Amino acid sequence: MRHIISMLMENESGALSRVSGLFSARGYNIQSLTVAPTEDGSISRLTLVTNGSEQQIEQIVKHLNRLIDVIKVVDITEGSHIERELMLVKLKAVGEMREEIKRLTEIFRGTIVDVTANIYSVQLVGESQKLDAFVSAIEDSLIVEIVRSGAVGLMRGEKSLHL
Amino acid sequence: MELTGAQILIHYLEDEGVEFIWGYPGGAALPIYDALDTDAKKLKHILVRHEQAAVHAADGFARSTGKPGVSLVTSGPGATNTVTGIATAFMDSIPMVVITGQVPTAMIGLDAFQEIDTVGITRPIVKHNFLVRDVNDLAMTLKKAFYIATTGRPGPVVVDIPKDVQNAKSNYEYPQEVNLRSYIPVTKGHSGQIKKAVELILLAKKPILYTGGGVVLGNASQELIQLAHELGCPVTNTLMGLGSFPASDPQFVGMLGMHGTYEANLSMHDTDLIIAIGARFDDRVTGNLEKFCPSAKVIHVDIDPASISKNVAVDIPIVGPVKQVLQEMLNILSKSTVRPNKEDSKLWWEQIEEWRATNCLNFEQVGSKIKPQAAIRAVWEVTNGDAYVTSDVGQHQMFAAQYYRFDKPRRWINSGGLGTMGFGLPAAMGVQQAFPDETVICVTGEGSIQMNIQEMSTCLQYGLPIKVVCLNNGVLGMVRQWQEFFYDRRYSMSYMESLPDFTKLAEAYGHVGLKIDDPAKLKEQLAEAFSDANKDKFVFINIITDQQENVYPMIPAGAGLNEMILV
Repeated sequence: MRHIISMLMENESGALSRVSGLFSARGYNIQSLTVAPTEDGSISRLTLVTNGSEQQIEQIVKHLNRLIDVIKVVDITEGSHIERELMLVKLKAVGEMREEIKRLTEIFRGTIVDVTANIYSVQLVGESQKLDAFVSAIEDSLIVEIVRSGAVGLMRGEKSLHL
Repeated sequence: MELTGAQILIHYLEDEGVEFIWGYPGGAALPIYDALDTDAKKLKHILVRHEQAAVHAADGFARSTGKPGVSLVTSGPGATNTVTGIATAFMDSIPMVVITGQVPTAMIGLDAFQEIDTVGITRPIVKHNFLVRDVNDLAMTLKKAFYIATTGRPGPVVVDIPKDVQNAKSNYEYPQEVNLRSYIPVTKGHSGQIKKAVELILLAKKPILYTGGGVVLGNASQELIQLAHELGCPVTNTLMGLGSFPASDPQFVGMLGMHGTYEANLSMHDTDLIIAIGARFDDRVTGNLEKFCPSAKVIHVDIDPASISKNVAVDIPIVGPVKQVLQEMLNILSKSTVRPNKEDSKLWWEQIEEWRATNCLNFEQVGSKIKPQAAIRAVWEVTNGDAYVTSDVGQHQMFAAQYYRFDKPRRWINSGGLGTMGFGLPAAMGVQQAFPDETVICVTGEGSIQMNIQEMSTCLQYGLPIKVVCLNNGVLGMVRQWQEFFYDRRYSMSYMESLPDFTKLAEAYGHVGLKIDDPAKLKEQLAEAFSDANKDKFVFINIITDQQENVYPMIPAGAGLNEMILV
């Protein structure tokens, strides 16, 4: 099953490689990984999406906790949560496709953030699945370039990941 | 007090109570070596002949004393040579701090002479590592390194110190406290879980205590013995746990696993409750997981939550230091009159005795060649079973584990996890340094010993009276055994055609060399090697053994614990 694991870690050089090294060394898979500073300059928040059985996920969480630089780990998919990913897609937009892409972007509540005579750059935010759906709704030959941020997320309500 | 980084390191080590440091100098460690000369008062540096040996020696010191082992090397090849040693310590959870010199910070990343990304190379084989970029952080980083290495599940920590940081100055004061918000080792097992575990133990009809290196590392041998006697159940040890429960105790059923005893493995297979303490269900112990202990519930006590339910699903996990958890179990038992059912226990032991009667470790000294089993048994007899024994890796290691019956913890020192050939001799140097008056033996083979044989020179320099017991059968025995069983006797590359004359070699290094090849003279010659006349001498005992002997019993790969090959 797909899990989103979110963690707080020391903002130290090398901390990220400890996490990614753990995944490659133990043969766990990473679908996406994103890391950025938090409101506290000494702490980074890392979010990764992985696949595995319950037993594997349990081991992943335990091993992450074992890393000295990792302060807290939570599998946010364990409970109800909010998930978002940002995607920028560069599309060939000529002729009647210009209107078609615009319509599709509106349906997915995206925005066109850059326009040239032949190109639209579309920005989309949502759950990763929604972004997948947008991509599959577009004909492959129109796609020039895709960049995705990887999923981030929060637990809903009072629950939170903090020190 | 303003000191250079190099001086801070030396002062810190002394303030931390470090007595010995094993190392080898080089360009990027020169300021540290200079400070060692000018500032060290009590700290003794032992100059090895290869950096790998520095780490193994520190490791042997740590395993035999329980204190952290410390080594010091230069950058580049100095650091890469430590990798096998660090990985060895990591796999067996040995507390250790390895200091590496590094090129100056301004040169890092420029492919400078003897530059290597030490932190990157060692990352997967350390508990943690540091690159110190600012001399003002040095003392606290060292404090963290020792704290991390020695607490929780112990392990090696590397501190990489660039040369300019070694030369830069800062105020030094020994940091009394360390606080790591991201690292808080467990100090106490969950009381509710411990209570549940005791209840389950008292209900079990055929329980077995399966204990590992965690009992040795956690200094919980006394507690284990008490608990075992309180419960009256069988005890089996892993390779790493030998000595934590006395081999001479009638409740001891021997080592378990691939080369474990028939009684230990069948007891495990048949048990209804495994009480696992400081053991990690390693593949050499479980055999085929699908066939592992089909009717058993499992209680697992371990300091590391990641060890629990990793290979085998656990019914009652208890995360905590084994010593504290065992004490609490004993405490609960002392307040209760309930004990395991006597009738059940009697039936269980009758069954075990039946297995034990197979006498699976029996051997006969026949023919003109010395049996390796006989050699180890004779060493055990000659040393009254009271020596510190390190080993290398292979058949001799298994024979030592089976036939040198350890009654005390920290006496059996071997690379169980990584299985490092070349570990034995340098590890013995660390042990002998810690216990100068004790008998220290390195059991090895003619293959393994040649992987770090240069350390005989170190042994001369520091007057280390180690006794090397080399079971020399002229082949890489364990490789050959597998080739015999599983590769139709195609003995590919398991034979060395040009062995040195070990007696002359030992003499060339300034030691005593001795060859034993007559079974009738085995005991007599061993007695001579271990005699008072040789007490202060390093003796290389080259025992020519029977090439045909294999290690039995054996569980072939893919088989269950009940599918042993006995002979």
